[in-house]
Amino acid sequence: MSKSQHLEDLVIQVRRDILRMVHKVNSGHPGGSLGCTEFFVALYNEIMEQNDEFNMDGIGEDLFFLSNGHISPVYYSVLARTGYFPVDELNTFRLINSRLQGHPTTHEGLPGIRIASGSLGQGMSVAIGAAQAKKLNNDKHLIYSLHGDGELQEGQNWEAIMYASAKKVDNLIATVDLNGQQIDGSTDDVLDMGDVKSKFEAFGWIVIEIEEGNNLEAILKGMAEAKNKTGQEKPVCVLLKTVMGNGVDFMMHTHAWHGKAPNDEQLAIGLEQNPETLGDY
Amino acid sequence: MKTYTYTEKKDTRSGFGAGLTELGRTNPNVVALCADLIGSLKMNDFIAENPERFFQVGIAEANMMGIAAGLTIGGKIPFTGTFANFSTGRVYDQIRQSIAYSGKNVKICASHAGLTLGEDGATHQILEDIGLMKMLPGMTVINTCDYNQTKAATIAIAEHDGPVYLRFGRPKVPVFTPENQTFEIGKGIKLTEGNDVTIVATGHLVWEALEASKELHEKGISAEVINIHTIKPLDEKIILDSVAKTKCIVTAEEHNYLGGLGESVSRTLATHNPAPQEFVATQDTFGESGTPDQLMEKYGLNSKSIVSASEKVLKRK
Repeated sequence: MSKSQHLEDLVIQVRRDILRMVHKVNSGHPGGSLGCTEFFVALYNEIMEQNDEFNMDGIGEDLFFLSNGHISPVYYSVLARTGYFPVDELNTFRLINSRLQGHPTTHEGLPGIRIASGSLGQGMSVAIGAAQAKKLNNDKHLIYSLHGDGELQEGQNWEAIMYASAKKVDNLIATVDLNGQQIDGSTDDVLDMGDVKSKFEAFGWIVIEIEEGNNLEAILKGMAEAKNKTGQEKPVCVLLKTVMGNGVDFMMHTHAWHGKAPNDEQLAIGLEQNPETLGDY
Repeated sequence: MKTYTYTEKKDTRSGFGAGLTELGRTNPNVVALCADLIGSLKMNDFIAENPERFFQVGIAEANMMGIAAGLTIGGKIPFTGTFANFSTGRVYDQIRQSIAYSGKNVKICASHAGLTLGEDGATHQILEDIGLMKMLPGMTVINTCDYNQTKAATIAIAEHDGPVYLRFGRPKVPVFTPENQTFEIGKGIKLTEGNDVTIVATGHLVWEALEASKELHEKGISAEVINIHTIKPLDEKIILDSVAKTKCIVTAEEHNYLGGLGESVSRTLATHNPAPQEFVATQDTFGESGTPDQLMEKYGLNSKSIVSASEKVLKRK
């Protein structure tokens, strides 16, 4: 099997995982998870340099921080399928006594996760701190982070965005999932954020745009470009234009599936549209 | 009766600055962050000696808490510095999720706590911070009484693995604890022996408790004064042992009676050995502008109030 075929297969399998996890407990956030599936698969399989063993401090490897913690299904699925913990543990998502909390946390020692997230707007600050720790440790590896576009409505982001350029945090690639949707509707309707690209640029960031945020090749190319822009005394922002609910036709292009689980029939349709590739858990 | 004297008054925040400076020399993992209040937090010497280990965040406390949490990922021990109000209430959710729930080794160092901040008034005088911080699972809460103890506590918390809230004040207060003391987190200190009433105090009220004990002694009342510098975890044994003897207790703190040391002591007594208790604390009110002495007098947070509370609680035995 070619490497790119493996990534394509992984994308389909992760979509199945997301649908099944959320369906089983009748709760969770499939829309944003499906929209970011290709990004997570590319990030954990091609983009980041990772050590074999999980270590909280992550010295000598790239680190990722998920700020919009509600898309935990895609995070858990990709972590499991890249070897951080057993894939069948996905069965425990959102259940009592599980390490797979509704929103990610570190407290039960789930390998791969270094900070809790869920209450929005905090992740960029954390990523900046981790990036500065890397500099103090003379560790040349990079920090990656992911943020929702609706999440940018939280003011703490703008404190962090201002800080990162002022302090030349140039070992950070902060990706914004620009799917244009949030719980109550489109981001334009809820609170129009205007030109996000201009805003980041005005704050002194280098901005890379990935127009096809659900296309593995486009993601790999865009993230390689972003990586090339690090180390230039400016933080790097990637605007990843995705489709919420991507890969399941009735979930696409709507906020309706932001935080709603499919019923039995809808699950069957979603799975039919994404036939098993690497094996269900 | 053991008496305490002092030769000088110094601010507890300078004790923090001195402790941080020492940590800068002895612990290469210690880093410091500040939100535009370097002078108020007395961080200048640490910064002069370790410019690469200091992060000026600007007036953006939420971002500061997040950056501090991130710095721990890589083995650093971040000390954040700003006023107590902006160290707690303003950033409660950031501390809750990114620091306490995430179990991050951040030391939240808070100056200008309580009424003794003075003229700035109620917007800056937080009287709820102990409650806010002690309710967070895993958070250690410390309120030191003088310069020497604050310095010792600052150094000690760097060795403690986990989040810590270290609270201190603005004004100059008597220095009466030993210069080279060992600070033990969670260990109360018995300052005077007594049989009639237990006085448990924290922070700036510890000296006032000692002054009160002298006055009580002159009235023929023997008070046992205990310095509770760590509110969480609380040294229940030292309190229960004392109350077993005295049968009554006064708690004293520069904080609202709701959520503070007194409430923690009440819970301890209620679950182990109920006894009459009087609270020297603010009575669910905001503060106001004034000099520290005027405010402590008006809101009943001085030795005189502790004497009255002791006499009152004795009658309830």
